Amino acid sequence: MKSVIQVRVVLRIIGALLGFFSITMLPPLGVSWFYHDGAHMPFLLAFVIIMLAGLGLWWPFRHAHHELRVRDGFLVVALFWIILGLTGAVPFSFSRNPHMSLTDAVFESVSGLTTTGATVISNLDRLPPSILYYRQQLQWLGGMGIVVLAVAVLPLLRVGGMQLYRAETPGPMKDNKLTPRIAETAKALWGVYVSLTIACALCFWSAGMSLFDAIGHAFSTIATGGFSTHDASLGFFHNSAIETVSVVFMIISGINFALHFEILRQRRPGIYRMDSEVKVYLGLLLLLALLVAAYLWGKTGMAPVDALHYGLFYLASFMTTTGFTNVAYTEWPAFVQVLLIFSAFVGGCAGSTAGGLKVIRVMLLYKQGIREILRLIHPQAEIPVKVGRLSVPPRVVEAVWGFFSLYVVSFALIMVLMMAAGLDQVTAFSAVATSLNNLGPGLGEVAPGFMTVPDMVKWLACVAMLLGRLEIFTLLVLLTPAYWKS
Amino acid sequence: MKILVLGAGRVGTSVVSNLAQESYDVVVVDTNPEILRDLRDRFDIATITGNAAHPPILEKAGAATADLVVAVTSDDETNMLACQISHALFRVPKKIARIRAIEYTRHPGLFGADGVTVDVVISPEQIISDFISSLLAYPGASQVLDFADGRVRLVSVRAIQGGPLVTHPIRDLHRHMSRVHARITAVFRRGRAIVPTGDMVIEPGDEVFFVASKAEIKAVMGELRGWDRPYKRIMFAGGGHIGKRVAKALEHRFQVKMIEKLPVRARKVAEDLDNTVVLVGDAADRDLLLNENIENVDVFCAITNDDQANILSAMLAKKLGARRVISLINRPAYAELVERNLVDLVISPQEATIGSLLRHVRRGDVVQVHSLRRGASEAIEAVAHGCPGRSKVVGRTIERLKLPEGVVPGVLVRGKEVIQAHHDTIIEENDHIIMFLLDKKLIPAVEKLFAPLPARAA
Repeated sequence: MKSVIQVRVVLRIIGALLGFFSITMLPPLGVSWFYHDGAHMPFLLAFVIIMLAGLGLWWPFRHAHHELRVRDGFLVVALFWIILGLTGAVPFSFSRNPHMSLTDAVFESVSGLTTTGATVISNLDRLPPSILYYRQQLQWLGGMGIVVLAVAVLPLLRVGGMQLYRAETPGPMKDNKLTPRIAETAKALWGVYVSLTIACALCFWSAGMSLFDAIGHAFSTIATGGFSTHDASLGFFHNSAIETVSVVFMIISGINFALHFEILRQRRPGIYRMDSEVKVYLGLLLLLALLVAAYLWGKTGMAPVDALHYGLFYLASFMTTTGFTNVAYTEWPAFVQVLLIFSAFVGGCAGSTAGGLKVIRVMLLYKQGIREILRLIHPQAEIPVKVGRLSVPPRVVEAVWGFFSLYVVSFALIMVLMMAAGLDQVTAFSAVATSLNNLGPGLGEVAPGFMTVPDMVKWLACVAMLLGRLEIFTLLVLLTPAYWKS
Repeated sequence: MKILVLGAGRVGTSVVSNLAQESYDVVVVDTNPEILRDLRDRFDIATITGNAAHPPILEKAGAATADLVVAVTSDDETNMLACQISHALFRVPKKIARIRAIEYTRHPGLFGADGVTVDVVISPEQIISDFISSLLAYPGASQVLDFADGRVRLVSVRAIQGGPLVTHPIRDLHRHMSRVHARITAVFRRGRAIVPTGDMVIEPGDEVFFVASKAEIKAVMGELRGWDRPYKRIMFAGGGHIGKRVAKALEHRFQVKMIEKLPVRARKVAEDLDNTVVLVGDAADRDLLLNENIENVDVFCAITNDDQANILSAMLAKKLGARRVISLINRPAYAELVERNLVDLVISPQEATIGSLLRHVRRGDVVQVHSLRRGASEAIEAVAHGCPGRSKVVGRTIERLKLPEGVVPGVLVRGKEVIQAHHDTIIEENDHIIMFLLDKKLIPAVEKLFAPLPARAA
């Protein structure tokens, strides 16, 4: 009997991807050597183990050159992300400082790769630089998508790269390639990603960070991750220039990278103004920032300039699902805290590194709602759902509804399970919101991180983070019986 | 003058009927022999059956000796190709093509010596939608026609009791409005034409044609009709090519609703329009009209391509309380049947579009032609050329122009200035003179008057 899934092809590709991932253990090894921090062993071990695992999967099937089908694409990406979460934990579990349980190591690894940025490690300031660097790098790899990077670099993924690209890239409309060839598209996206990261690092550096911190925070900012090399996050620096740089680059990272690419290619910044998703994204961000500022000013008596500064910083940080912090927002009125968490549900634009539902989906949901109201007034009217001046195919609108319903169901289910594991309601709500939206900081017990919650909650959060990063469908499709039937 | 008409559809037929009566040699090409036989029976023309873009057919139709090709088949591509071939193989001096698709007409550079050799592109849908748009800009107007690039317009309105000028002599217009350039060029009373004089008294119910600069139109209309409330809510029945274009032009100025029967077409139209409520249904469905508050609609405009449907839905809308109903009617017989009694205004697509063709056929520096009153009358814009002594018009006063009886001069356009045509106004070179011809038979005389004279003849 011929299997539904081309197991051999899938294993071969996962093997190759793992081999590729093992190489990313080398830069932290270099950092360790450079700083003589004595933490090189975990990375060396991880490199060897992951490389061998990859080879073990790839070698037996190296001649399986069948074409990758749509179904296989989902399996490869979902499986690879799960394996990635586990293998990314290897250096953490081997390290002596911090000493981490398996659960904590996996949580930290998944949180990094999915650009969530929630941590279980306290006392970051006392960790060896190589471990700190490794955490930042995990986010950076996960931000644009390590599979997309592999498609750009590995020739063996040229065939079927589209299936992988589609399964990993966020957003409701993914078929618009930037270039005729998918590998070129992946290269273009990574090109923009790398350039932005370099620009961001230079800005941080010149704003007063050390080079090490600048690179680390640039990784974290452009990937909209949120890990910092300090316990106090950006608050450590007490430097408004640094915070301004972070706001600008967080906002940029929340915009579709395909759009950045078009603008670089055509050298016309006007394109931003023509894109209705960007308009809504920026408009909403500014509006909410002003609202937060006004509320802080009115309720807590904060100076208007400070209120504006914090409003903008926190909205940029939360709406793009980065999750940097500078002052204790948990001491602010509950209204502001919940508003910030809710802004993460909207998230950034499709095709950006931000999490959340994505602005375009929220727009489509809203327009659908308006359409139903109009239909009540004009029962026989034909009302297309339009973004900009183009109408959106009904197929996409349906898919957005499907996505939204699964999102809500996943949210409710995981939240109830977390409460069953012992969390109070506010903590459980914010823990799911922060993981599913790849945000990072939460409320209640998980405001500083996930250090104190039960292991069960950490595993649930890992699932939620992967669901959020792979936009639910890619992961859930594997759980349906229909997927495994021919 | 020999004219090749390619395509005997609605536009083709109306071109043929206009030209054949005016002593042009017309050859018609179409693929359908029955339509051609019918045309041949009605008019004194020659016909060729076949594909209008095939060189042998064009040759057989006499393209080599033709002065003008009018390509009006239903197919844009055939029209363009036929013009191209007429140019390349037969050197026809002037080629006019009907082109519908905006995808082509959006690029004016496409046509000309370096591209597709079409000298004049006409789009009947565009002309009709422009016609309707300008009509809706002036509440109460039955026709609004552009001259001199829109600087001057010919407007026809029905005078009603309450207008300050009604029941007064025309001369009073200048007492009411001292610096006005407008001129009443024709009055039709109970279907009979009257050449207006200063002493003539306007009666309620008269159909008044006046020429005025753009800025003065509203004021003159006020003189004849009192104040008409501006239109706000407009409903179109029919989302075809015309409907879509008009709605697109108007949707940001008015509240526009459109009823389209075919769901697929309705979806397409709704996608292309931004601010129009597109309804799927039958425009003659009473419940639909009531649901959409037909009683508050200022203008109901039936513009499907089905005459009967247009008449019925317009009548129904009128009965249900629409303020003014307009119906697009192709067949002249129907138009006469329903105009004034059952619908407020009938738009004849042929009449609206034929002018843009006729201006290229007319001789004697006629630059704009509008056909009026089902082709019985015409309004033309002619340019005076030559210098005093070498022209029958330049250097003379209007009085001494020897205009035939039934030709009423309206206004002059000199450069950007609009000048009222008094009896003692002297015509200069390059003046545009807008005239109203009560009868089409007067055309050759006017053409001759404005024809450039051979040296020393005058």
